[in-house]
Amino acid sequence: MTPELGYAAAVAALVLAVYGSAASAWSAVKGRADLRLSAERAAVGVWLLVLTCMALLVYAFLTFDFSVRYVAGNTNLGTPFYYRITAVWGALEGSIILWAFMLSIYTLIVVARYRRTQPQLYPWVLAVMLGISAFFLLVITVPAPPFQRLSPIPPDGRGLNPLLEDSGMITHPVALYLGFTGFTVPFAFAMAALIIGRTGDEWITITRRWTIVAWYFLSLGLLIGGWWSYHVLGWGGYWAWDPVENAAFMPWLTGTAFLHSVMIQERRRMLKLWNLTLIILTFSLTLFGTFLTRSGIIGSVHAFSQGSVGQFFLGFLALVVLGAFSLLAWRLDRLHAQGELDSIVSRESAFLLNNLFLVAAAFTVFFGTVFPLLSEAVKGTKVSVGAPFFNLVNIPIFLALIFLMGVGPLIAWRRASSENLRRNFLRPLVIGIAAAAVCRLLGVANALVLLCLALVVFVATTIALDFARAARARRRTGDGWLEATWGLALRQNRRYGGFVVHLGILVVALGVAGSQAWSTQTEATLDRGESMELAGYTIRFDGLQAAEESNHFKVIGTFTVSDRKGPYTVLTPAKKFYPQEQSPIAAVDYRLGFMEDLYLVLGEFARDGSHATIKVQVNRMVSWLWIGGLVLTLGAALAIVPEPRRTPALPPGAQRVVA
Amino acid sequence: MSRKAKFLGGGLVIVAALAYLVYAGVSQSVVYFVTPTELGAAPVAGKSYRLGGMVLPGSLKWDPKALNLRFTLSDGQASVPVRHRGTPPDLFAEGRGAVVEGTWSRDGYFQASTILAKHSEEYKAPHDASQAGYKELLKTLKDPGGKP
Repeated sequence: MTPELGYAAAVAALVLAVYGSAASAWSAVKGRADLRLSAERAAVGVWLLVLTCMALLVYAFLTFDFSVRYVAGNTNLGTPFYYRITAVWGALEGSIILWAFMLSIYTLIVVARYRRTQPQLYPWVLAVMLGISAFFLLVITVPAPPFQRLSPIPPDGRGLNPLLEDSGMITHPVALYLGFTGFTVPFAFAMAALIIGRTGDEWITITRRWTIVAWYFLSLGLLIGGWWSYHVLGWGGYWAWDPVENAAFMPWLTGTAFLHSVMIQERRRMLKLWNLTLIILTFSLTLFGTFLTRSGIIGSVHAFSQGSVGQFFLGFLALVVLGAFSLLAWRLDRLHAQGELDSIVSRESAFLLNNLFLVAAAFTVFFGTVFPLLSEAVKGTKVSVGAPFFNLVNIPIFLALIFLMGVGPLIAWRRASSENLRRNFLRPLVIGIAAAAVCRLLGVANALVLLCLALVVFVATTIALDFARAARARRRTGDGWLEATWGLALRQNRRYGGFVVHLGILVVALGVAGSQAWSTQTEATLDRGESMELAGYTIRFDGLQAAEESNHFKVIGTFTVSDRKGPYTVLTPAKKFYPQEQSPIAAVDYRLGFMEDLYLVLGEFARDGSHATIKVQVNRMVSWLWIGGLVLTLGAALAIVPEPRRTPALPPGAQRVVA
Repeated sequence: MSRKAKFLGGGLVIVAALAYLVYAGVSQSVVYFVTPTELGAAPVAGKSYRLGGMVLPGSLKWDPKALNLRFTLSDGQASVPVRHRGTPPDLFAEGRGAVVEGTWSRDGYFQASTILAKHSEEYKAPHDASQAGYKELLKTLKDPGGKP
């Protein structure tokens, strides 16, 4: 019964979403409050029904209901309890349900928050959000039904993809989809603003915290994805410029650009058209990513489930892009800037440059990802560009962005005087260059690392100086240092949250530079008792053991590691043999450290345990990525907290003077 | 020069620089997808290729001590000798499909820097014959004589 109930719930939710969307739009046209109320009830109904779908699917997984194809394909009798729950979103069908579920939650929050405060925008927002929900529900009912029956019913399932049996899979997809769906809210407000013709700053002011929420979750999702790649996939890296990663990275880039350019619109009433374009682009890219990875048009190595899902996404993407840009064209006459650029040396142009580089980065990632398609269509040759392309093109762009990260927040609005520039940037610049020079003398030879270091120190110093000045100003009013700092962070939490995010990015940047420049690896075949050396570590192979787990066999190598100071640790990398898989899966073992990680991957081995091939990596500064990521998400969280009301309000265009 | 022209000019310079960056990036890192037949017809030393084919049964030679891997990739018409330093990936085996990335060496073989074995997503019944292999493996390793 479960699958039939689930299917019925999905169909009912689809019908309700379509009805609610139409009713909400009609209520706005005719001003009928009863219809609006009915649309709100439909939104609640959609949420309840999608929740039912989720619950039924979880139930099917927990009870090993192999009559459901999706359950049989993604679990088996040996799958541990908690992975049976995460297996719900282990493949396409379930992740679409997760997507729809989160969208329905966002829709409910929008209903609860804005039904009274935004009487004009809100019905259209609801119509757009329910319309988008309807699309995902359509995908659940037609091309990717999670409740499809399997006949005959197999005695056991195929099992979850072993790579997904990891704690990261609990949080990674949830965070990523909360990020993706989160961008629906600002998109819906932007569309509503275009429809009713109130193209001012209103939609941006309302949705700015939503955008940070979406950005926070997307960042978190990317980070957990990197961590998963690092400790599960066993290649020792955290980012491969794989189409799946790029698909999530592109909306992050345009979303970041949007977060910055809205500040210009709030302050100077410029860039209205640009901001609308950015949010349309960001939302479209979240759809494009799913299309890209699910249609099978990209990725000769990575196998994705194929089917008509890709066509559905392509169709909807076309609809969204065409619809949104037509609305934009229709309202073009209302999108004139009220302010204008005064000088090249100003905060406005620093932000413009930031946007230019972020969008350029998104474009190059897009270009590199679809390059095989372009080339085949244009020249007829099958080619691709790999990680070297992305690195070569993006390193200069990101270095420029780091530089702007130091300039943007401190340079004066409108026109920066030479006095402003000298006061804010002279010391940081000198300190940055000095730091790089000291590191050069200490033996750091890599030019790219030195450049990155100089920039990072420059930016960190600007932030520190700015913070110190503001805290000193507060201290004059009688606060203690701690109170002054804390009060500042809370009082202007958006600004200082932003600074904390910047600091996090700086730490990540150093981690990337260091790990790219200094990581080292080697491979060797060792007899039992034999040792090898790498970067000060001595690794001895002590033998193989076998173990039987609930759903796989495991061959475990034991390696005793000592460093220069003596015995260090014992690492046990393994190979897991899943009966349903064609080949073993490597389970890496590692010892994380602040400056370097020791990372072991078991390769081929003799069946009698007499010798084994081992890949040893010493990955430098990778931990900085996770630390920086943590700082970054904390900063974003600080920026999300509602800002206390400021008194007195600043007149538009005025510059808050930081003494 | 008006302010607007200055902004436009500056923007154009940056966009041009970015375009050059993309162009240089593509020309430096482009990888050509070829079959053994295509590669055999016109191999260019130093150019990056991604070569796909089947690992010819009987051609696989793996020297664990020296970490040397040699095999032949074939598409049924032509075959290309491939050399690689390092462990073969988990999915790699004779008679299976594999994709290698690397360059053509002047000495008449393909030097692979990476091997990407191809996953097939087809449904496989869990308790099939390959299980016996694992069981046997488990036994040898659990055998007290096999322990250090």
